[in-house]
Amino acid sequence: MHELAVAQALVEQVDAVIDQHHASSATAIRVRIGPLAGVVPELLATAFPLAAAGSRMEHAQLEFTHAPIQVHCQTCGAETETAMNRLLCGACGDWHTQVISGDELLLESVELETTPP
Amino acid sequence: MCDTCGCNLTPGNQHLAFKPVAKGATAVSVLKGLLQKNDDQAAHNREHFDRRGILAINLMSSPGSGKTALLEATLVALKNEFTCAVIEGDLETENDAERIRAKGVQAHQIVTGTACHLDAHLVHDALHHMTLDGVDLLFIENVGNLVCPASFDLGQHLNVTLLSVTEGDDKPAKYPVMFRAADTMLLTKTDLLAVLDDFDCDKAEAHLRNLANPAPVMRLSARKELGMEAWYAWLREQLAAQRARVATGQSRRPAIQSDGMKYHRVSA
Repeated sequence: MHELAVAQALVEQVDAVIDQHHASSATAIRVRIGPLAGVVPELLATAFPLAAAGSRMEHAQLEFTHAPIQVHCQTCGAETETAMNRLLCGACGDWHTQVISGDELLLESVELETTPP
Repeated sequence: MCDTCGCNLTPGNQHLAFKPVAKGATAVSVLKGLLQKNDDQAAHNREHFDRRGILAINLMSSPGSGKTALLEATLVALKNEFTCAVIEGDLETENDAERIRAKGVQAHQIVTGTACHLDAHLVHDALHHMTLDGVDLLFIENVGNLVCPASFDLGQHLNVTLLSVTEGDDKPAKYPVMFRAADTMLLTKTDLLAVLDDFDCDKAEAHLRNLANPAPVMRLSARKELGMEAWYAWLREQLAAQRARVATGQSRRPAIQSDGMKYHRVSA
């Protein structure tokens, strides 16, 4: 249920982007979420209309880019895809890895309506 | 990082940022962390701590795994060594703060109402109700929850995640986001292992390693004072490390939040 807090943060950020570009509203919002960010896209999609009610992005389409989980192995250097609770190197099986994709929680891009309503 | 000129676009992420749009509309790339506002506040909190040489530790676990009991024992044991302070997070009641105050230690209770986690703003508000001068160690006891608290930076230097042996030893596999964030994992209530036949400490540790987490694992019982010396030694070591960082103008974020960032192709 912390997705509501995330949705509110999203609305604030998009609001700032609308101001920054002197636009009238946002029509599409693209967010990049990895499974390791701890935010469920479906729940964020449910929370977004509540957070966006009455705002300049009320009618915006919320779109998600799914970020696959990938790790970089510090032992053999391979970059492989893994499951979220088994972040082991897919090549050599070592657990000394670093996540290079899959923990993102990013506002990627926004489409803005620039003509006056 | 610049949001207007596009200098945060790299060949790796450029395709994400631009696409053809209808007339009268523009697409702008943002590529900014969604929790940027929380993260900025967290950085500010961390500055508060660093300026005073305080080590801030965020305690996270399920409800009832022994966070407050751990604190009670720790505060008594370290009473003559360090000045400690505690921020308690719960949905309701002042009970935990009262338990801490009964040990003669300053405590502030954050009552979150229905919120399932603490965030950097709540912690900042709490700091304004506290006397931080002379404090060496600040413990932040997060809301008992293995999901939400993992996603919010509070400004702490270290995350300590507790797993009591009355839970399953596969909790790290079930809640990877939380256990990946641990700088140390404490297996608590180990005095009960004698009457439990289904918790394997080695398995719990193996599940943590499967998350590529090298964090130390300590086995202890706060109530029966088993294995507590290793925990105190770790705290002393971490406080010394924090003082060394402060002396050279450095800071530290919980391990996971900077982990692998240099390899990320898309970064905020």
